[in-house]
Amino acid sequence: MSELVRDSLDHCVKCTICESFCPYSRATPLFPGPKYVGPQAERFRRTGVSPDVSLDYCSGCGICTQVCPQGVKIAEINSQARAQLWEDRGIPLRNQLIARPSVLGRLGTPVAPLANWTLRNRPLRWLGERLLGVHRDAALPRFAGRTFQGWARKHVSPAAERTIVYFHACGTNYYEPAVGRMTVEVLEHNGFHVVVPPQDCCGLPLQSNGNFPAARGYVRRLAANLAPYARDGCAIVSNSTSCGLMLKREAREILEVADDDVAVVSEAMYDLCEFLLLLHQRGELRTDFKPLELTVPYHAPCQQQGHGIGKPALDLFALIPGLRAIELDADCCGIAGTYGLKKEKYEISMTVGERLFGQLRESKGDLAACDSETCRWQIEHGADIQAVHPVELLHRAYGLDAG
Amino acid sequence: MPTLETEVLVVGGGSTGAGVVRDAAMRGFSTVLVERGDLATGTTGRFHGLLHSGGRYAVKDPVAARECVVENAILRRIAADCIEDTGGLFVSTRWDDPAFGDEFLRGCRETGVPVDEVPVAEVLRREPRLDRGITRAFAVPDANLDPWKLVSACTRSASEHAARILPYHRLLGLEVHDGKVVGARVNNELTGEELEIRAELVINASGAWAGQIASLAGCVVTVLPGKGIMIAMNHRLVNTVVNRCKPPSDGDIIVPIRTVSVIGTTDVRVADPDELEVTPGEIDEMLDEGEKLVPGFREARALRVWAGARPLYTPEDVADTREVSRTHTVLDHAKRDGVEGFITITGGKTTTFRLMAEHAVDAACEKLGVVRECRTHEEPLPGSEEERFYWLGARVRAQEPVPNSEEIICECELITRSHLTEALAHGRPTGLDDVRRKVRLAMGPCQGGFCIYRATGVLHEFEHLDYRAANTALLDFLQERWKGVQPILHGDQFRQARLDDWIFQGLLAVEHLPQ
Ligand SMILES: Cc1cc2nc3c(=O)[nH]c(=O)nc-3n(C[C@H](O)[C@H](O)[C@H](O)COP(=O)(O)OP(=O)(O)OC[C@H]3O[C@@H](n4cnc5c(N)ncnc54)[C@H](O)[C@@H]3O)c2cc1C
Ligand code: SF4
Ligand code: SF4
Ligand code: SF4
Repeated sequence: MSELVRDSLDHCVKCTICESFCPYSRATPLFPGPKYVGPQAERFRRTGVSPDVSLDYCSGCGICTQVCPQGVKIAEINSQARAQLWEDRGIPLRNQLIARPSVLGRLGTPVAPLANWTLRNRPLRWLGERLLGVHRDAALPRFAGRTFQGWARKHVSPAAERTIVYFHACGTNYYEPAVGRMTVEVLEHNGFHVVVPPQDCCGLPLQSNGNFPAARGYVRRLAANLAPYARDGCAIVSNSTSCGLMLKREAREILEVADDDVAVVSEAMYDLCEFLLLLHQRGELRTDFKPLELTVPYHAPCQQQGHGIGKPALDLFALIPGLRAIELDADCCGIAGTYGLKKEKYEISMTVGERLFGQLRESKGDLAACDSETCRWQIEHGADIQAVHPVELLHRAYGLDAG
Repeated sequence: MPTLETEVLVVGGGSTGAGVVRDAAMRGFSTVLVERGDLATGTTGRFHGLLHSGGRYAVKDPVAARECVVENAILRRIAADCIEDTGGLFVSTRWDDPAFGDEFLRGCRETGVPVDEVPVAEVLRREPRLDRGITRAFAVPDANLDPWKLVSACTRSASEHAARILPYHRLLGLEVHDGKVVGARVNNELTGEELEIRAELVINASGAWAGQIASLAGCVVTVLPGKGIMIAMNHRLVNTVVNRCKPPSDGDIIVPIRTVSVIGTTDVRVADPDELEVTPGEIDEMLDEGEKLVPGFREARALRVWAGARPLYTPEDVADTREVSRTHTVLDHAKRDGVEGFITITGGKTTTFRLMAEHAVDAACEKLGVVRECRTHEEPLPGSEEERFYWLGARVRAQEPVPNSEEIICECELITRSHLTEALAHGRPTGLDDVRRKVRLAMGPCQGGFCIYRATGVLHEFEHLDYRAANTALLDFLQERWKGVQPILHGDQFRQARLDDWIFQGLLAVEHLPQ
């Protein structure tokens, strides 16, 4: 299995298309670009000592894999090589820490006011940068102080003919429980009984920080919780587009987890907007939308693009009267999960994001929409505009926030 | 005619000749080496790249096996920079009789080949691409050996001991006076100028051509050229040398060397070592055998195919060249044919090149009536003084921490402009193909598609080639590459060839370049 990703380097014809699309190699001379670190450098690597540390400047955004006309799994090669790199060198404490959102969430939630104060306190952030290497200006989310799981345990989802499973992921649980509630309500409005199984992190941040063994542990446990539903024929949806992609594809392709649970879950996994649009295409989506007189620039995050499903959010927005959605074509916001938090990468991340921030500012939007939570935080930080998940607009247009 | 005087003249610039000239120079003889082409363009530059542990010969050819054991250990000390210590495995696949493993073990123990039977599960963890049906596996100290580095280090060392190395000098004739070879007539292939070399002793180290050279002194030496083909695959399908554990046959070894893995080889008796045709049937056979070791082998990207000719000295005619011992032979033509001042060293293999040279120069000492000790087993080659093995990641590491800060000419093999200009400054190569051998230019997946026009530009600028000469160099190179690529064109490499074709024919219109 591990050779499948590596083998794809055989398809490279050196056309350089990936290089011209990589937003990160454009932003920094420290990163030599996808063709170099992917199909080229990989031929010089073997297990054991990693020859190149510069590879760590790849953000894992996956744009290269999407644009390669020959099917080279460049980002995946990089991701695996990074795991080897950190296996050699030992993963820095910082990367261990920021790669465990559910642990941080459990620690921060009960003491949210203090935690949030700490995360916004300049001297402490300065200290955090010195001691941990988390850049003092990087966008960090606020703990909500309550969890989505807490809400879901009390919430009784009305019985319905169809059952759907909701994978909310960590961002929703600890930082944006309201988005989770809205997701549930939108699904219920469309006639679904929504089940929220117990769930922990999917392991994605660990994967992108090169800790494959720990990431595999997380994704296996998560898949074990979700698999029984998938085996019953239930669809699973997630509003966290990157974590959904982890279950759909990356656990198998990058982490190479050859596990039955992961296999069935990956088949049942849908991105939230993808699922809603499928409903609509079958004539099953309720379209009782009230007008929303808003201008909304929309950024499709890279991980969402990795699903290969187009931009379903835009099709859904088109159903809402009055809503003027603007499709932005900047490729990446620069945060790439935890990349932009790192001291040595923050500037690069902001340079990468600049194109998007400029487009957002120009759009004069009322608010921005984007499917990924870390990208929304980056957008708010970089472009100073409120950013919401698309489901929030659907929720509003259905008039669900009235009740 | 210009004349050179020397004590010892060595004919042939493969591993044998390079070893001989170094050894002779180190023992204080004045020496000259002539090679008709660039160094290591005969069999040595076309071999499989395996530093034998001896395992391959353990059952059927114990003499060769013992030599390999000793020389393998010596080369690891004196030629570390030319060696990557990959280790080797002998595996019984589902097509091989597992009982041969016992014979193999016995053979190794008797000949001193260090061997360990290793659990199959461990082998599959280490080499996940190997077929899951393997039943037994044995670890031996095989490694890979870079022929160009080896020959260039030997000749460099020889030059440091005052030897004169003359590539592109073809031996035309040997001068025999009163039953003694006294000199040679050689042609400078670059200038067309002839040169006379007076020598007290001529050592014929021309491998598969040894018969041709010997005949110039009227001696009959039967060297059977045994043709073998090899296919280089785009990346390392395995990181350990993998041999089939069975009696030696075709396509039973995969050698990972530098960025590629090479499957080989065959053994077919041919008439002329300069006419080595590769047939579709042979290619098919290699790929089929590869599939048995590494499932999916046929789908993997094949870069190029080439053939080399084994120099198999044989006293009488033998039908199967595999029956001829792989050890070497020193012929003193005075004893054998009544021709003084002439020695032939042939047979053997690159792994034992040093020993071959030692034996040849021992014979030379005897003939010249001097006693001088061989030191080549003690003194490391230039570049190998630190006894550090070559590491695959070295070129990537050298680019850190800010890769791409220097212009990269060949992206596949990571050759920078300064690598190239250094090679040009050192070796005075005569064309792009020589540069290729020196730095592995254009040896990667694109087979020159993106680097050769750049390299031509550098050559033009650096060597002050006028545009016509530069154009010719470019076209020559493309032709030469095409020979290696064309017979095996399928799948990914075919797509590459199309793109390369568009670049050279479409974009650059190379065929219309003024020459
Ligand atoms: C397919 C194949 C695979 C092999 N694999 C291995 C392996 O994995 N490991 C190993 O140890 N051994 C291997 N061998 C054996 C090994 O490659 C050879 O034994 C060795 O390279 C012979 O070296 P040489 O210097 O004797 O001959 P060569 O390298 O052939 O050198 C002879 C030189 O003489 C030159 N010459 C010819 N005529 C003239 C002339 N008129 N004037 C001047 N020069 C002339 C030629 O150009 C040539 O360069 C392999 C051989 C073959 C064929
Ligand atoms: S994953 Fe993104 S950052 Fe990494 S090489 Fe590909 S395009 Fe560049
Ligand atoms: S886009 Fe694909 S084929 Fe082109 S250089 Fe990049 S990896 Fe190679
Ligand atoms: S942070 Fe968002 S926009 Fe940036 S790389 Fe990740 S998904 Fe893409």
